[in-house]
Amino acid sequence: MSPRNIVKAAKRKGLHVIGICDHNSAENVPAVEKSAEREGISDIGGMEVTSKEEVHILALFDKEENLFSLQEIVYQNLEGTNDEKLYGEQVVVNEEEEVLGFNQKLLIGATDIAISRLVDLIHEREGLAIASHVDREGFGIIGQLGFIPKGLPLDALELADPSKRDCIAQNAAYPFVTSSDAHAVEDVGNRQTCFLMADVSVDEMRRCLRGEDGRWARI
Amino acid sequence: MKLLELVDALNLAVKAGGSLLEGEVTGGYASDLLSDVLANAKEGNVWITLQTHVNIVAVASAKELSGIIIVNGRAPEVETVRRAEQEGIPVMITRLSTYETVCRLYDLGVRQRAGV
Repeated sequence: MSPRNIVKAAKRKGLHVIGICDHNSAENVPAVEKSAEREGISDIGGMEVTSKEEVHILALFDKEENLFSLQEIVYQNLEGTNDEKLYGEQVVVNEEEEVLGFNQKLLIGATDIAISRLVDLIHEREGLAIASHVDREGFGIIGQLGFIPKGLPLDALELADPSKRDCIAQNAAYPFVTSSDAHAVEDVGNRQTCFLMADVSVDEMRRCLRGEDGRWARI
Repeated sequence: MKLLELVDALNLAVKAGGSLLEGEVTGGYASDLLSDVLANAKEGNVWITLQTHVNIVAVASAKELSGIIIVNGRAPEVETVRRAEQEGIPVMITRLSTYETVCRLYDLGVRQRAGV
């Protein structure tokens, strides 16, 4: 899973836009962005943050400063040190795939940020807050919390299996997306969401999810 | 066994529903996956969890649990306490871990969820 390999795999699969969301960290986003630029595809930077309730939330941003400002808060609220024997090295690289360093935070852990606060922190930074793999018991919002808290202003729900859409009781209240959640290069692009948007941005994605002015997002 | 007896024996701090501790405890259930609690806890059970989100009140209410014990010294969120008072669900906290809490409850005679 190096930046170049991810971008090349995405291009092979015919993707126009990819989202880069490591667990509780965004340090490799700039390298992927530069690789994507070279290959002529678009990249949106983000993070998959683990809330206090151990719910995974995808956070996507237009502005890198907003992404890194959230990362700072995540780091402040994330206990523990990585055990490389157990979880592997957490490498930080540049666009030439030169190793810049190793992230020592326990990125697999949960932050101490309550889910409603997390969604607010993302929205304060003009980001999109999408509940990850809501059809999976572990780390999915419904598995962890029994149901989606009333009034939680999520922008969308992500399905690991798009055919499960009708099994989600609260499906009427939120738009759906699906994505590969690729943890290996060969999985890149295995699931895709189509957006009809005027340009590639998180702001446009938001408008697609809301169905504004003829825009749409389809799984 | 009444909830009040458990509060005294484990020295639990009551955060909500202090006037509702006369409820009968039918058994116990320990889990941090709320979907699992919805599926498997039984009426009158006392529920041991480290979750503090307001959804724990709705789950306890839906399953008619006798109360919630939050472990590891975690504090329930403000909204959780407010809703628990509203719904009449006793919420207690302890510095003990889930394991220690369950062991003590078992020793006190809170043996299993009813209906198993």
